[in-house]
This record gives sequence, structure tokens and C-alpha cells, in this order.
Amino acid sequence: MSTTKKLAGVALAAALGVTTLSACGGGDANDKTAGASDAPKSKTVTLVSHDSFNVTESVLKEFEQQSGYTVKVLKSGDAGAALNQEILTKGSPRGDVFFGVDNTLLSRALDNGIFTPYEAKGLADVKPEYVLDKEHRVTPIDSGDICVNYDKAYFAEKKIAPPQTLDDLIKPEYKNLLVTENAATSSPGLGFLLASVGKYGEDGWKDYWSKLKANGVEVVDGWEQAYNERFSGSAGGKKAKGDRPLVVSYASSPPVEVLYGEPQPAEAPTGVSTGTCFRQIEFAGLLKGAKNEEGGKALVDFLVSKKFQEDMPLQMFVNPVTKDAALPELFTKHGVVVEKPENVAPETIAKNREQWVKAWTALVVK
Amino acid sequence: MAVPLLFFGLFFAYPVAAIVGRGLKTDDGWQFGRFAEVLARPDIADVLWFTTWQAFASTLLTLVIALPAAYVFARFEFPGKQLLRAVVTVPFVLPTVVVGTAFLALLGRGGLLDELAGVRLDTTVWAILLAHVFFNYAVVVRTVGGLWAQLDPRQEEAARVLGAGRFTAWRRVTLPALAPAVAAAALMVFLFTFSSFGVVLILGGPSYSTLEVEVYRQTAQLLDLPTAAVLTMVQFAAIGAILAVHAWTVRKRETALRLVDPGRTTHRPRGWAQRTLLGGVLLTVVLLIAAPLGVLVERSFDTPGGYGLGYYRALQDAGAGGGTFLVAPLEAIWNSLQYALAATAIALLVGGLAAAALTRRGGRFVRGFDALLMLPLGVSAVTVGFGFLITLDEPPLDLRTSWILVPLAQALVGVPFVVRTMLPVLRAVDGRLREAAAVLGASPLRAWREVDLPLVRRALLIAAGFAFAVSLGEFGATVFIARADRPTLPVAVARLLGRAGELNYGQAMALSTILMLVCAVSLLLLERLRPDKTSGEF
Repeated sequence: MSTTKKLAGVALAAALGVTTLSACGGGDANDKTAGASDAPKSKTVTLVSHDSFNVTESVLKEFEQQSGYTVKVLKSGDAGAALNQEILTKGSPRGDVFFGVDNTLLSRALDNGIFTPYEAKGLADVKPEYVLDKEHRVTPIDSGDICVNYDKAYFAEKKIAPPQTLDDLIKPEYKNLLVTENAATSSPGLGFLLASVGKYGEDGWKDYWSKLKANGVEVVDGWEQAYNERFSGSAGGKKAKGDRPLVVSYASSPPVEVLYGEPQPAEAPTGVSTGTCFRQIEFAGLLKGAKNEEGGKALVDFLVSKKFQEDMPLQMFVNPVTKDAALPELFTKHGVVVEKPENVAPETIAKNREQWVKAWTALVVK
Repeated sequence: MAVPLLFFGLFFAYPVAAIVGRGLKTDDGWQFGRFAEVLARPDIADVLWFTTWQAFASTLLTLVIALPAAYVFARFEFPGKQLLRAVVTVPFVLPTVVVGTAFLALLGRGGLLDELAGVRLDTTVWAILLAHVFFNYAVVVRTVGGLWAQLDPRQEEAARVLGAGRFTAWRRVTLPALAPAVAAAALMVFLFTFSSFGVVLILGGPSYSTLEVEVYRQTAQLLDLPTAAVLTMVQFAAIGAILAVHAWTVRKRETALRLVDPGRTTHRPRGWAQRTLLGGVLLTVVLLIAAPLGVLVERSFDTPGGYGLGYYRALQDAGAGGGTFLVAPLEAIWNSLQYALAATAIALLVGGLAAAALTRRGGRFVRGFDALLMLPLGVSAVTVGFGFLITLDEPPLDLRTSWILVPLAQALVGVPFVVRTMLPVLRAVDGRLREAAAVLGASPLRAWREVDLPLVRRALLIAAGFAFAVSLGEFGATVFIARADRPTLPVAVARLLGRAGELNYGQAMALSTILMLVCAVSLLLLERLRPDKTSGEF
């Protein structure tokens, strides 16, 4: 017995040493923010975002030099998970600015009151149709379209025209060609469901999906499986012998295929059916309870600045929301402009989303 | 005892209780009515049923396939054994996204099986079961094999000399000695498959769902905390029941065993039967484990211009310029190793102390604690991760953005392995040896060092290997714990797979191959640390 006690004593001491050390280690990172918050101006500003956030390092450096702030970026999971974490930590946020809430989740964020209103410098340059919150609790940062992509080679070989609209997808010549994502777990999957709601209305979308199902639509869980494994037009899909020439992805996917081609092809191997799109708009907001509010404001200003807006397309593969931001050549050459995307108001989405997804699951998956 | 208790209280019980409480308690008080409401839903009943039966099926299948291998690894000496032991542990660290891809390549449309036999398993539950065997093979081989190698074969021989048949001798002598380890392995496999997440998502498609998947969906996607809380409690109850059964069966069987140095129990396979067994096991390893891994490696070299190192070169460039999205592979490897080392240290310390406390003391309280240590295996990473967020948010424990949170979360999963691997061996140490040492004048510390340590060292290393591998491959918790500046290898792989384009896909495969290598090399190094073969006499 005494053996155990002594040993336990030694070990306890060691363990406490470790815990104390680790507490210090943990403290270090925070000390910068915590300690500095007592000072008149905190030097660190923290951006919380989802895993897809990306910026060219030199662009970020330039902002840091001009503003005098050091930017810390925290990424935590996909867009839904990241937002929900902000809602849970409401009042005691991990950062100063949150980027990555989109129009499908906007109402949840606003209803939970996690943002402080702030009218960004440069908001006047943002195209007015993107400014969905008149109180400016959130600022639009980027937009992107969820659309059906097609495998150009397949349709050229079969000598049929690729589908252009949602109506086309239920035609017999496109039977068993489309793969989409689970609307319950994947954001492109949800976007495609919302495109059908936007087009056929709250009463008509179920009928459309019954027809789509009869026409052999395949549902897999996430974008990775749909695009990298089942879709015959993508690099991964070719290796995995994917045999679905139609996939729900993004309007920016063809330029990405070009950019990351090895070697880069002269023309994108995939195309976009522009009549099948749902427009996603992503917002950023100053978090309530932010330790560094001034820094947070500067950061929001930076996100709508021309420099960041023009950097975004090649980093996150989305479109700028400001009027004067020029698109890179890759986008103008290989991308498409979606003239009339489908849309559903954030409040309508918030109110019905759960019920739609349930009905969709019962109808299509089960 | 105090340290493990404190650790689990602070980093497991408290966060999980807090998040469950947040779900069940509203301004109007506790909402226990939610239980009936949620459990009455037919879709939830389906989920429960599927979760349970697939876990039973997966565990059974894993035992059937892996137990012969445990024997072979424990008793036979053959060239490349250490390497093979490391290889079978590699699946354990691979991100499920990557493994899912490999499995689809073998079992899916146009896959190997399809081309050879015209059979496709990608839409069936068989794909899920086989993937579970793939992932958990090493659990059985290592946990059972570790003890088996130290059982004195002379006892079985003695029984046979006394007239028992081969099978009777095995059943009466070896099996009882082995039972705790087999039960422990079965329990771990069951817990892993019961709380299966990625495998079910990818290979099961949207039509199969486990409790874990449902908890994730309710928490991370829908923010329906009440439903998530109810499901978490259900999962708790199920695991509690399993642990109770387990504790009951193990208690009846544990005895002090005569352990010997593993080096003395192995021999080259003799005769027709033993060679066939070895051949069969090797074939299973090749088909079940090496083939999917091989597919990944093959794809990492399969560049459009023919086989080559193109994707690996691209990885090198990725870190040099560009954005904050990509990480230099070396940096990600370094991050992963650092986290894994820290997590292993924590897990060994906490788990070792817990195992020691559990060996020396009895009573209901300790048994309850034993069960508590296993719970993290059955609780969703998203529950723990979100729990961290709302509990560790105040100084001095505002660890939410601290690096230590990652190894802490990973150690939670590592501790049960340490405890489970060490416990059978520790319990098997004859207490009289310690007493004898004490009588001969050894200090307690010396007695421990001379008696326990030589016997336990091997178990400790196996445990360390597990803990290390677990944290190397851990993805669920890591992805929620916001540390973008230091992504681990699995996180980096997932980011690459989340993007379109040839180069991203190829780099993801290359990075996965590197992850495999890092894991295999680390495990091989650990194996090298095994006690020297002469330490057997005591």
C-alpha cells in the first residue's frame, strides 16, 4: 500500500507540474490578448472562421503593417459548426470578428444576437443587393454560386447537349447522370435543394424532386465523395472511375480544375449549367464581447477593401461583392457569370429549413 | 488516483455535463420530457437499431479475422514481423476520408473486386463492416497478442503431458488466461464501432446513420442541443451497460499469471498446420490492409504525366508561398508529432496512474472509475469539443485557443488504451514477487522497478504506441479546436480534399502517404525500444 502512495505522490507532483506547465503554455497565447486588453490599444486581433478561409500571406502582412495589428486566424470546422460554436460562446467569444456565416444560416446568427452592428468603411462600394442586414450587424464579403457542373468530354462524346436548367435535369436524356450531396449534412446539397425551392416554390419543390428521383439522381454524403469519386469530370473522379457526368458543385469549380491541373489545361474539363444555381453570400461581423473592438472594426474594413476582395477569388474561389474589384483572368476566362441565380430569403430559410430537409430526406434518401 | 480523477473531471466529465445540461435545461427547468419525445421518433429508433447491430457484427468479424493474427504475431518468428506489426497499425491513424476513398477503389464500381468477380459492395453494409475490421485489426492484434506473447507455453505443454488433448489444454489453460485481454479488445472494438462516424458517413452514404453521426448532425449542423443531449445520454447508457457486462465477465476470470519474456515464447513456424496458419494470416493482411493502403500510395504517384513524384514536389512548393490555407508538409508533420508526443505523455501519465490504482485497490468506487475511463471512447468528439468551448472559457482555464487543448482532447481517447493494455498485465503480476522483494530489503520504488517495470514495460510501450497513433490520426476533436496556425496532417489532408482540382487531390494522397510513413516509422521506433531479451529471469 505504501508503495502506491509514495508512487502516487511522486506522480501527482509530476502531473501537477505538467498541468501547471501546460496552463502556462496555454496562458502564453492568451496573455497576448488578455494582458494587452488592459493597455489602451490591443495589438492582436483575432478572426474566427471556418476551414475554407484563406488569404495570401503578403496581403495579410500588408494589412498588419498598415494597421499595426497582428492578425490571428482561428479556423474551426465547417461553416455550420464554426457558427454554432460562436453561438455557444456568445458573450465570451474566442475572437473579435467572425467570418463565414452565409445567407442560409444568417437568420440563426442574427436571432442569437452574436454580432455588434458596425458599418464598415467601404460599405458604399458593396453591391446593394448583397446587403441583407440593414442594421449592419453583418457585412457581405463574398458570393458564390452552387450549380450543377458537367463533364464536357462525356457530353461531347455522346453528342448530346449538357443540361442548362433545373427543368432539363428531369428529362430522359439525362437519366442516371446526376450525383448530388445530402442536403442534411452538406452545404452544396442544401444549396441545391434551396435552388429547387426558389424555382418551384414551397409547394412545388417536392414534386420536382420526385421526378428527379425517378430520373435516377444519386445522393452521397458530402461534396468530397460526390466530386472526387462519383463525378467523371474531376481529376479525382477520373482516377476513382466515377461515372456520373453531372454533379452539384460550385460555379468556380471549372477554374479550380484549370488552376490545379497538372499541367494546366487550355480549357476547363468541366462546365456549369447556369440555370441550376443557388447563390450563397458570406458575411463577416464584429463579435459581441470582442476583446479588441477597434481592431475588429479595422479587420472588417480590411475584408471589404479592394486588396482583400481582389485576393479572394484565387484563395477561396468565390466572387467579390464590391463593385470595383476586378476578377482574375482565370475567372473571366474559365468561369461563368450566373445571371439569374435562384434565391430564398434568409428568414424563409430559417423558418423552414429543418422541415424541408426532413421532407427531402424522407422523399429522396429513404 | 487523484491525478486521473482530476484530469477526467476537468477535461471530460465537466465539459460533457455542461453541454448536455445546456441542452436539457431551459429557463423553465429541466426538460426530461425530451427523452420520451426524442426516443419515440421512428428515425431515431432506426438509428439506434443500426448502431447496435452493426457494432456487434463489426466486433465479431474483427475478432474472427484478427485473433488468429494475434496468435501468429505472439508466437511465431518470421522475417519482417516488426514491420508488419507497424503496418497493421497504420490504418488506425488514417483519416476516414482517405480510407473511404481507398475502400471505394477496391469495393466500388470498377474497383478491384468488381473487375475480378463482378461484385460491388460500396452500397452495402459489408463495406462498413470491412472498413471497421480494417481500422480495428490492430486493436485485437496488439492487445491480445501483447499478453499472449508473455504467456508461458510450458503450462499448456504441462497440461498435455498430463493427458489433455490439444484443444482441451488450450481451452483450460490458455483461454482463461487470455480472456481478459480478448474481452478488453472486444470492448474497445465495440466502442469504436458503436461510435463510428466517418466510415458510416462515407461508405454508408446518407441512408445509414449511427448515434454518433446523429449527435454530430444535431450539434454541429442544426444546433438542436436538446436532441443532441438526449442522444448523448442514450449513448452513455448503452456504453454504461456494455461496460457493466464487461466488468462482470472480467472480474470472474482475472488471476495472477505466470508471465515470461516474449522472446522466449516465439519460434519459427513448424509443420504444415502452422505454416498454413501463418500464410492465411499474411494473406488476410495483404488483402484487407495492404491493398487499401497500396491504392493510396499508388494514387499519390499517379500523376497525369505517368508515375512520378510530382505531387510530392507540389507539396513542397505549397508551403513556400501562397496563402494561409496550405501548410508546408514538414510543418504539418512537425505539428502532428509534437501534439502526438504531448498527448502520449499525458495519456501515459494519467492512464498509467489509473491502471496502477485500479490494480491495487478494489471496491465498487474503483470499478466505477474503471468504467468512467472508458467513456471517452464512446462519446462524440463534437460533444467534447463543444463542451470545452463553454467550460474552459475563464481564466485560469481559458484554454479554448491554447495549443494544449489539442493534446488534452487526444489524450482523452488515448487513456483508455493505456489502461486497457496495462491492466491485464499489471493484474497478472504476482503480488508475492513484490512482497518477496520487500522482504529481501528492496525499497518500494526498487521493488517496483525490479519487479513490475520489466513485466510492464512491454505493455507500456504497446500502450504508448496506441496513444501515439490515436493522436497522430485524431481528426474529430482537432478540427473543432481552433488552431489554424498549426494544422495537423489529417487536418491538412481534409483541407486539400475539400477543394477541386488535380493537384489538390494528388497532394492529399501524397500527404496521406506521408502520414502513413510517419506513423509506421514512429511505431517501428517504439518497437525497437522493447526490453532486451535477457531480462527474463527473475
